[in-house]
Amino acid sequence: MGITVGSVVGVSPAPLRLVVDDERAVRPRPGASVPVVESEAQLRSLLQGLAGVDAVGAEARAAKLATRSLKRETKRAAIDLALSMVDLTTLEGADTPGRVASLCAKARRPDPDEPDAPAVAAVCVYPDLVATARVHLAGSPVRVASVATAFPSGRASRAVKLLDVADAVAAGADEVDMVLDRGAFLSGRLGEVFDEVVAVREACGPAHLKVILEVGELVTYDNVRRASWLAMLAGADFIKTSTGKVAVNATLPTALVMLEAVRDFAESTGRLVGVKAAGGIRTTKEALRYLVVVNETAGSAWLDPTLFRFGASSLVNDLLLQRRKQRSGAYARPDRISLD
Amino acid sequence: MDERPASTLSALEYDPAPESAALARLRESYGLFIGGAFVEAHDGATFETINPATEEPLARVAQAGEADVAAAVAAARRAYDKVWRKTTGAQRSKYLFRIARLIQERSRELAVLESLDNGKPIRESRDLDVPLAAAHFFYYAGWADKLDHAGFGPDPRPLGVAGQIIPWNFPLLMAAWKLAPALAAGNTCVLKPAETTPLSALVLAEILQQAELPDGVVNILTGDGSTGAALVDAALDKVAFTGSTEVGKVILRRLAGRPTRLTLELGGKGANIVFDDAPLDEVVEGIVDGIFFNQGHVCCAGSRLLVQESIAEEVLHRLRRRVDQLRVGDPLDKNTDVGAINSAAQLEKIRELTAWGEREGATRYTSPCALPERGYWFAPTVFTDVAQTHRIAREEVFGPVLSVLTFRTPEEAVAKANNTTYGLACGVWSEKGSRTLWVAQRLRAGVVWANTYNRFDPASPFGGVRESGFGREGGRHGLEAYLDV
Amino acid sequence: MSERLDVRKTYKLLVGGAFPRSESGRSYEVLDAKGRFLANVAQASRKDVRDAVVAARTAQRAWWSLTPYNRGQVLYRLAEMVEARARELADQVARAEGVRAGEARASVGRSIDRLVWYAGWCDKVAQVLGGQNPVAGPYFNFSVPVPSGVVGVLADQASSLEAFVDAVAAPLATGNAVVALASEARPIPAVLLGEMSATSDLVPGALNVLTGRTGEVGPVLASHEDVDGLDLAGADDDFAGELAALAAESVSRVLRGADPQDRGLKRLRAFVETSTVWHTIGQ
Repeated sequence: MGITVGSVVGVSPAPLRLVVDDERAVRPRPGASVPVVESEAQLRSLLQGLAGVDAVGAEARAAKLATRSLKRETKRAAIDLALSMVDLTTLEGADTPGRVASLCAKARRPDPDEPDAPAVAAVCVYPDLVATARVHLAGSPVRVASVATAFPSGRASRAVKLLDVADAVAAGADEVDMVLDRGAFLSGRLGEVFDEVVAVREACGPAHLKVILEVGELVTYDNVRRASWLAMLAGADFIKTSTGKVAVNATLPTALVMLEAVRDFAESTGRLVGVKAAGGIRTTKEALRYLVVVNETAGSAWLDPTLFRFGASSLVNDLLLQRRKQRSGAYARPDRISLD
Repeated sequence: MDERPASTLSALEYDPAPESAALARLRESYGLFIGGAFVEAHDGATFETINPATEEPLARVAQAGEADVAAAVAAARRAYDKVWRKTTGAQRSKYLFRIARLIQERSRELAVLESLDNGKPIRESRDLDVPLAAAHFFYYAGWADKLDHAGFGPDPRPLGVAGQIIPWNFPLLMAAWKLAPALAAGNTCVLKPAETTPLSALVLAEILQQAELPDGVVNILTGDGSTGAALVDAALDKVAFTGSTEVGKVILRRLAGRPTRLTLELGGKGANIVFDDAPLDEVVEGIVDGIFFNQGHVCCAGSRLLVQESIAEEVLHRLRRRVDQLRVGDPLDKNTDVGAINSAAQLEKIRELTAWGEREGATRYTSPCALPERGYWFAPTVFTDVAQTHRIAREEVFGPVLSVLTFRTPEEAVAKANNTTYGLACGVWSEKGSRTLWVAQRLRAGVVWANTYNRFDPASPFGGVRESGFGREGGRHGLEAYLDV
Repeated sequence: MSERLDVRKTYKLLVGGAFPRSESGRSYEVLDAKGRFLANVAQASRKDVRDAVVAARTAQRAWWSLTPYNRGQVLYRLAEMVEARARELADQVARAEGVRAGEARASVGRSIDRLVWYAGWCDKVAQVLGGQNPVAGPYFNFSVPVPSGVVGVLADQASSLEAFVDAVAAPLATGNAVVALASEARPIPAVLLGEMSATSDLVPGALNVLTGRTGEVGPVLASHEDVDGLDLAGADDDFAGELAALAAESVSRVLRGADPQDRGLKRLRAFVETSTVWHTIGQ
C-alpha cells in the first residue's frame, strides 16, 4: 500500500560553521586581553555588567540541543571523544591505594578487549593518593588530577587550603581541582573569592587549575555566569560545575551558561578556558548531549580534552558498552566491561 | 609522557539522522470527507500534493467543487439539527478527549506526514505541531460540559454550522485550533485545509472516524482557493479564516451584508524589541525562534528586530554567528533546524521581497549554508540598515528573512513597533520588569512575549488587532468565537 | 405688553471638545414627531468626520491612559450632569419621539441609570474579560482587554437618547474614543448629551457627536482607515451590509444588530481586543 518517497537529493545539512572562515579558530576581538582586576569595586561592576541569563530561555535552549540525534560515524567518534575527556574519579573516604591502582589501570586501557579504545584524560583523587596514582600512571598520557582546598566544602582557612594545594602538587598532581568559596561569593565578598583563586593559582605552579563553582549552591544562572567570569579573571584554566557531593550537580543548562562564558571570555580576552561537567553524568546519551552543547555553544575548539572534561566514574562503563554496540551491532553484556 | 593522539573530531558534523518516510503511511489518493465517509469529488476532479523538499508528488487529492461544498454543508447542517445539538456537553467532551488520545497514539505518523507535505523540520512537527494539536483537543474537551460557567451568561448556545479555512503553515495544528473549540461549543464544521498541505487533515478525518464522532459533525474538503470561496458563499452560521490579510478582506466584503459570524486570523509584521539590559544569549535564541522557526512561515513571526542602538553591534555579532549554525536541509532529518519553503509560489514571493530589500538599500546577510539541489529552499537571511519605509520592514515576507532596525529610547521602540497596519504579536526583551510591562501596555498587538517568542498554548488566547484580524483562538476567549453571545 | 421672545438655541457639533457648526456651513431641518419645525441642526460633512476622527485618535490615548477608576468617575460625573438637566432632556425626548412626558422622563431616567451602570464597569471589565491563562510551561501568562481605539457609531434612528447612551457609553467604558452620528431625524437629545459630556471632565475628543445624514456620513466613517470599530445600529440591513464591506478594507470591528434591551456584556465586548502577555518565570 505504501509508496516510496524520494529522499532529499544532495542534502547534507550544512556543516556547522562556528566561526566564519576558520572552523577551529576562536577569533578574539581586536585589542583583546584579560583585564587586570585592581579592586573589588571594579570586579563587582565588571561582573554586574555581564548580561543576565533568562532561566527559561537557557533551559529551553539546552532542551532543544538535547534533541540532536547523533548517528553512525558521528556517534562512534563522539563516544571515543567523550571517553578521552573523562576524569576518572574516586573521591570517597574509603579510597585505598588498591582502589586507585585498579582505577589507573582502567584509565590507561579502559577496554582490554578493544585496545583502540582511547585512554581517559585523567584520574582524579584526593591529595593523599596522588603519589599512588602517579606511580600507576607512569608512562601513560593519563594525567593526575587532585581535588584540594578543603574539598568539597572549602570551609577551612586560606593557609590550610594553600597547604592542601602545595601537598597535591608536590605529590605530582598535573591538575588541581579547587572549590570556590561559595559562602564568600553569596555574601558578596567577591574580592576575597578572587584573591583566593589567585593565591591557589600561584600555589599550583605548573599544574593546571580547575575551579569548581558548585553550581548547585550558587543556584541561579546569573551567579553561575558571574562566578565563571570571576574564576577566569583570576586565572582558572578550567571552570568546573560541581563537586559531585551536593544534591544538584552538572546540568545541561548550567553547562550551557558556562560554555557561553568561556566563549565570550575567549572572544574578549583571547584566552581559552576549559569547562568540566562533573557529577551525575552516567550515560552515553547524557554525555553526547553535553558534546552537542559544547559543539554548538563554545564551538569545535572545545571538542578536545584540553578544553572539555567529564568528571565521572560510572560513565566510562556505559561509554564502553555503547562503543561495543556501535562496533558489533549487538548489545554487550555489562560483565564484559570491568568494574570501577 | 603527555603525548596523546590529536582529537578525533574537528567538529561534530552530524551524520544524517532521517526519520523514515514510510511512517507516514502515505496512500496514493485521498478523497473528501463528507458525512462521515471518504468520497470522490462530484466531478471527479483531483490535484497533486507534492513534497516541497523534493518537488516529487506525494499523493492525489480530491478537488472539491461547488456541489461538494453544498453536500458537505448539508451534511453538517443535518448533523447539527439531528444529532450534535442534542448531544450533551458531557458527551461532546468525551468525543474530544477521544480525538486527543488518538492524535497522541498516531503522533509519529502525523509528524512525518506533516513534514513531508509541508516541508517543516521533523523536530518541530514532532515536538510542537502534533503535541499542541492534541493538547488543544484536551483543553477544549474540558470546556464542552462547562459552558454555563465560561462567563458568557447562562446557557450559551452554539452558532450552528461553521466553515473553517486554514493555512498551510501549521496544517494539523490549525485544524485543531479551529475544530476543537467549535465542537466543544456544539457547532458542526466544514473544514478546508490549504491546497498545498491537505494530508494531515485527512488523517485527522480517519481519527474522527476512529473516535466514532457522529457522521457529518466534521466534514473536510480539500481544494484550492475556489473551494474556499464556495465555502464562504455557502449557507453558514460562522466563518473562521486563518490566512493572508488580502484574502481576509475579500471574505469580510463577501460576508458584509450577511448575518454570518466571522473571525479572522490574518498576517503580521511582529516587532521583537531588544533593550540594552536584555539577557543576550537568550535574546539570540529568541530572535532565531522568532523568525526562523517554521522557515518564517508564521503569521506572528518576529520579522522586525528592533534593537537598542547601544547594543546593536553586539547583538548582530552574536546573531550572525548563530545564523551560520542553523542547519538547513532535509525536513525529515532530526537535526534539521530549517526545512523547505512550502511552495514554489511562496519561494518566489520571498525572493521578490528580498530583492526589493537589496534594491532599497538594506544590507543583506545570508547564511553560507549549502542548499539541496532540488526542492524549494531559502537560506536564513538577515537585513541590516533597514528603514521603516522599506518594503521588507512593512510587508509580511512569510519566510526566513529578518529585518533589523534600531531605536534609542523605549518611546521610540514602541512607536516603531506600532508603525504598521498589522497587530498580531510582539516580543520584548529586558531584565527590567517595569519597563517590560510599560512597553507591553503600549504595544498594539494581540500577543506580547516577554523574554521569549513564539510560544503557544491551548489555554492562551491568540489573535490579532487591526489588520491582523479579530477574534481569539485558545483559552476561554476562544470559545466566544463559536457561541452566540 | 408683548410676550418675551425666547432665545433659541443653535444645535452644533461636538468635535474635540469644541462646538463647531459644520465646516461646510450646512444645516438641515429637524421636525418634531408631529412634523413641526424644531430647529436647524448642523449637517456634518466628510471633513467634519475627518476632524472628529483626528480628535478622537488623540483623545483615545489620553482617555485610556487615565486609571480605570478615574474613567469610572468621569462617566459617573456625566450621569450627574444628565440628572441635573433631566427635565430639559425629557422635554426634547418627548418632542423627538412623540411620547408622553411621563414616558420621556422614564426614558431619561433609564439613560442615566445606564450611564451609572457603565461607570461602574470601567474598573471591573478587565477582571471579567481578562485573567490569567494557565499555560503548560514556566510562563506567567495573562490576558487583558484593551480598547479597539476609535469607534464610529451610527446611532439608532428611533431611540433618540437611550440607545445613544448605550452605544457611546459602552465603548467609552472600555477605553475607546467615539465618533457618534446622532439619529438623523431625532438628533437633539444626543446633541444635549454631548453638551453635558463637555462639562463632565471627559477628555475632550473622547466623545464626538455629529449630526447629519446617515447616508452621507456612514460611508465616510466606514471607509475611514483610522476608525477601528463601527456600530451600525442606525443603518438598515442593506446599508449596513454596504458599510461593513467598506469597513473591510481596514478590518474594522463591526457591531450589528445589538439588542437595545440587551443587558449582557455584548456591547462591552464589542470593541475590546484581548492582549495576552507571556513572561518567563525563573530564578
